[in-house]
Parts: sequence; C-alpha cells; structure tokens
Amino acid sequence: MTNEFVPLLYLLASVFFILALRGLSSPETSRRGNFVGMIGMAIAIVTTLAVAAPDDPVTWAMIAGGIAVGGLIGAVIARRIAMTAMPELVAAFHSLVGLAAVLVAGSAFYAPEAFGIGEPGNIAIQSLVEMSLGVAIGAITFTGSIIAFAKLSGRMSGAPITLPGRHIINLALAIGLVVLVVLFCQQQTAVLFWAIAALSLLLGILIIIPIGGADMPVVVSMLNSYSGWAAAGIGFTLGNTALIVTGAWWAPRARSCPTSCARA
Amino acid sequence: MSKLLSMRQLWLTLAVLCFGLAAENFITGTAFAQEAAGGGHSAHDFVFRFSIFVLAVFVGYYVVWSVTPALHTPLMAVTNAISSVIVVGALLAVSVEIGGALSETNGWIAKLLGLAALVLASVNIFGGFLVTQRMLSMYKRKER
Repeated sequence: MTNEFVPLLYLLASVFFILALRGLSSPETSRRGNFVGMIGMAIAIVTTLAVAAPDDPVTWAMIAGGIAVGGLIGAVIARRIAMTAMPELVAAFHSLVGLAAVLVAGSAFYAPEAFGIGEPGNIAIQSLVEMSLGVAIGAITFTGSIIAFAKLSGRMSGAPITLPGRHIINLALAIGLVVLVVLFCQQQTAVLFWAIAALSLLLGILIIIPIGGADMPVVVSMLNSYSGWAAAGIGFTLGNTALIVTGAWWAPRARSCPTSCARA
Repeated sequence: MSKLLSMRQLWLTLAVLCFGLAAENFITGTAFAQEAAGGGHSAHDFVFRFSIFVLAVFVGYYVVWSVTPALHTPLMAVTNAISSVIVVGALLAVSVEIGGALSETNGWIAKLLGLAALVLASVNIFGGFLVTQRMLSMYKRKER
C-alpha cells in the first residue's frame, strides 16, 4: 500500500467513529451507530497491518494469537456480564486502555528506531515529552479505574478513604512527577521511564480513594476522558492521526456527562 | 448564564492559542536541532497534528452533547470500545522489526510489551462493542 493512502484510511476510520457516536443521539439509529463503530475499528486495524506488514511468521502468530485470546476473553465477558454490573465493567475496561497506553509507550521507548523517533539515548525531546504524558495519564487511568471498579463492585468499601495530609502528598507526588519527566527528557534511561510509570500508578490510586462510591459514575466518565488523553499522547509520539483524533474527542466528555447525567 | 458561558469559551480559545504558540516556540527551538539525529518530526508536523487535535476536541464536545441522556450507559460503553483504537499502537509495537540498529534484547522487549497491549486492547474492542450491542437490543425491546 502506498503511504499517501494510509492517512486517508485513518481519516475514514475517525469519521466512522464520530458517526458511531452521532448514532447514539436517538435509540433508532443507535444500533447502526454501534455497527459503524465496528467497521471503523476494522478499517484502523487492517490499515495498520497492511502498512506495518511484518514479514516473519512469528510476528503474524503473535498478532493472530493476541487478537484471538483478547477477543475471546472480551466476547465471553460481554455475554456473561449482568446488565446491572455495567458501570463497573466500563471501569474495568478503562483500566485496560490505560495499561495498554503505558505498554505501547514502553515499546516506543525500547525500540525508538522502529517508530522513527530517534535511537536509544537520543530520542527527540518532543517525543519524550509526549511519551511521558502518555505513560503518566495511562498509568493514572489504570490504577484509578481499578479502584473505581473495586468500589463499584463492592470489592472495596464505598466509603471515602481520606489520608491525613493527602493534598500535600498528592502535590508532592505531582511535583515529583514533573521532576522525573524533566530528568527523563535529559537522561533517557529505562529506570526513569518506569519510575514515571510507578509514580503515576500511585497517584492514580491516591486521587480516587478519597471519592465515595456514590460519586463513582462521575469518576468513571472522568477516567474515560483520561484514557482518551493518553491515547492522544501516544498518537503524537507515533505521529498517528487516527490515535490523535480518536483520543482528542474523549476529552470533553468529562464535563458533559456529569452535567447531563444530573439533568436526566 | 449565557454571558458566563461565552466568557468561559473566550478564555478556552485564548488558552488553546497560547498553548499552541508556546509549543511551536518550544519546538522550533529544539526539534530542528534534533532533526539531524533522526527525529523525523518537525515543528511543522507538530503544529499540523496539534491543529487536528484541537479541532477533534471540538467535534467530540458537540457530538457527545447531542447524545440523549437515556443512552448514556451505552455511550460510555461504546466510547470505551472506540478508545481501544490504541490497538493501532499495539500492532505497530508487535510488528517492530529486529535487526539493523535495534538490538535483539530491546527489540524483543518492545515486541512483548506490544503483545501484552494487543491482548488488552482486543479484550476491550470485542467486549466493548458486543456489550453495547447487547445493551442497545434491550432498549429496543423495552420500547415495543
């Protein structure tokens, strides 16, 4: 496939995603919307496979196996889950997106040549910043969603857990995170990369535990928005417009859902 | 109220413009110097992508507002499924080709991280779309 064609196909996938959401504006069109979303995802996957086209059988086996295993797990969960458990299912799914973002950023860090962002120890600074943002937001989404899931499903008490001086702790962690990002941009070591991930994981837990179970739906939509920011951050790193566009229109949801949910 | 909103929108627009300008300055200061190091990104690329990003934020804002409140749970489920577009990144990571400047160890780390991300994203794609379908078919039955 020629490379000029690829961005157009990603654009097509993005348009399909937008139409999928637009379909939800009324119950009559909503099922068609969902179907359009599936087609968009299929286009994005096939395009990526066509353009990356690995030539060794091991890689193809990994791809086929990964999609088969993940797809099977997903399909089984979707069939078995009780409809009343929907909010916690969505929270659990968000944590997967967050973790996936962290892993993809890690992959880009270990093999920067393959992503065209430099070579180890000499990665373009812009990519490092984007990568750190993707990792930090992805990791916060991951642990935050797990806590939200645990609280919604009753595996953890819904009561708010407030640590003494939590604002100071959070502030210190946030400052530490910024310092780590700056150091990471200068030294580009794997230790710093994983330190950013670890600190963000901790921050994700601390942000969500003081929030009571009743406020969780709002938190879930906020985390939904975060997973979008993470995807957009990775999209900038990889220079992939499909990821940027799809990630970007997550962001406003954090505001819209609480308001319109309250209205409903 | 409407006056308050328009003030907020004005500030938002200003913030976006300032951020864009700052980012452009920051990158013209650094990335051009780095391009020789094989960066491949330039300030122009960034500004282009940033424009797409900002426009997409606006599209998302208005599209999500048009969703009826009754369909909010399916909305969360379907947007969740679509956010697994991160699968694109996972596929690129799995397909990293070992050889050339890329060392064996780092290449395999990259590939295995990509594989793990691929499995997670696939759970999300299939789970998200199928569960939305199930939910929406319930809405249909209720209406009749």
